Amino acid sequence: MKNMRYLENVVSLALDDDRCVGCGACTMVCPHGVLAMNGRKVRIVDLNGCMECGACNQNCPTGALSVTPGVGCAAYIIQVWIKGKERASCGGPGCC
Amino acid sequence: MTTQGSSQSEDSSKHSCACGGAQTGSEPGAAPLEMLPIFHEPAETEDEPCCGPPADPPSSRDEKPGYTIRGFVAEFHSTPAGTVPAIKTKLAPVDHMGTLMVRMGIKRNNYKVAPGLYAVGRPHADAPVLVTANYKLSFDHLRKHLSVIDAWLLVLDTRGINVWCAAGKGTFGTQEVIRQVLQTGLAQLVNHRRIILPQLGAPGVSAQNVKKGCGFEVVWGPIRAVDVPAFLAADQKADEAMRRVTFTVAERMTLAPVEISLACKPVLWALLTIFIVSGIGPHVFSLTAAWQRSLLAVSGCLAGILAGCILVPLLLPWIPGRAFAIKGSLMGLASAIVVLAAWYSNAFLSFGSGLALILLTTAVASFLAMNFTGTTPFTSPSGVEKEMRKAIPLQIAAVVLAAAMWIGAAF
Repeated sequence: MKNMRYLENVVSLALDDDRCVGCGACTMVCPHGVLAMNGRKVRIVDLNGCMECGACNQNCPTGALSVTPGVGCAAYIIQVWIKGKERASCGGPGCC
Repeated sequence: MTTQGSSQSEDSSKHSCACGGAQTGSEPGAAPLEMLPIFHEPAETEDEPCCGPPADPPSSRDEKPGYTIRGFVAEFHSTPAGTVPAIKTKLAPVDHMGTLMVRMGIKRNNYKVAPGLYAVGRPHADAPVLVTANYKLSFDHLRKHLSVIDAWLLVLDTRGINVWCAAGKGTFGTQEVIRQVLQTGLAQLVNHRRIILPQLGAPGVSAQNVKKGCGFEVVWGPIRAVDVPAFLAADQKADEAMRRVTFTVAERMTLAPVEISLACKPVLWALLTIFIVSGIGPHVFSLTAAWQRSLLAVSGCLAGILAGCILVPLLLPWIPGRAFAIKGSLMGLASAIVVLAAWYSNAFLSFGSGLALILLTTAVASFLAMNFTGTTPFTSPSGVEKEMRKAIPLQIAAVVLAAAMWIGAAF
């Protein structure tokens, strides 16, 4: 995966260092190795490798990590633009 | 009498029946729990029909009114948590056929197994618990790698959606894990308190909330099912490779047929529009012109589809440009040139219509490639939205301009 990179400086991932207790749960669940232990706390080591899946903030016990996960699906995003978040559905029963 | 070791191929006249009592198997290292092969009551001679050809054998006692036993069930185990089906770990032709169909986008919205508890091999109270989704492709993909394992399988009700997508939607979620653990009575079945979840379930499952909700600790298993046996053998420890998602050529190309099938309905509308637009000319509308010019435009449209849905996934890491809309445009442009070369001597191909064809093919390929971001495991939604804001207006403009030039070329 090292040779597959996407757009830079767009992701919403953020780490609140003060809240981090160094449990390492995020390093276990991230599918791209974006986070790594740095001494007794965690550090973002590859911000642009993040795909905003939300595994890390779902499993952070202290809420130190925040990310806005979303459906990276063009059809859905178009629906959100047109109909708004409440009424957007995916591309119909054929999608996911 | 017990049936340990009896196989289904035993002649029914020598059949020994299973007695009702089940061992609790609660001691560590206890013998496998009572095995009940799918039960066939030997037919009493008076029950056999008096005349005509030989009757089918009597129905199995495991069959229940209203329920069919699935083909992937090998036998049933009687456990403290009730009767649990033990499933086969070798896929049958019907399973491979099903995989092929859903990978082509056929019936992929109703391809499920019942959620709940299953067994693989001959698990006992110490055996690990592997959790998965009730999409049959996920279920099949996991069990085919478990031929050397004895384990319990806890299948969540993800409404027939695979693990990672369901995790993103929340159906492979904390509450569903808790619900299945409690409903199936897992705590009576195993004497440990750990459940192994696929790592890609993490976006939907908070391990600490699962522990609070049902007392079971979530252990994150490997990303790929093929690594499960090695993970279990390594005392439930994963190495880095097991925890990283890949997107190899093979993985990308298995996704391409579905992308094409999802593009089908809009494509049919596009073809109709092309036909109508191609007929507009000095005689208001001419069917001959519509037919002949459409062929040209349709070949451009189809080239755009192939470029966006096949070339882009195939050559993904090597196509220049980070944004998928750009990658799609490049592949679309290349395909358009091929189409033009093929139609070179065609009477309807003028400079204007040639340019229109390039614009159409490029726009179609760009849009479809941009759609591929939804099935790509390294694109962030923030990034996709950013590229869409720039690309979609350009794609629309290109199509409108192409239509105008196409009509103009008829005059």
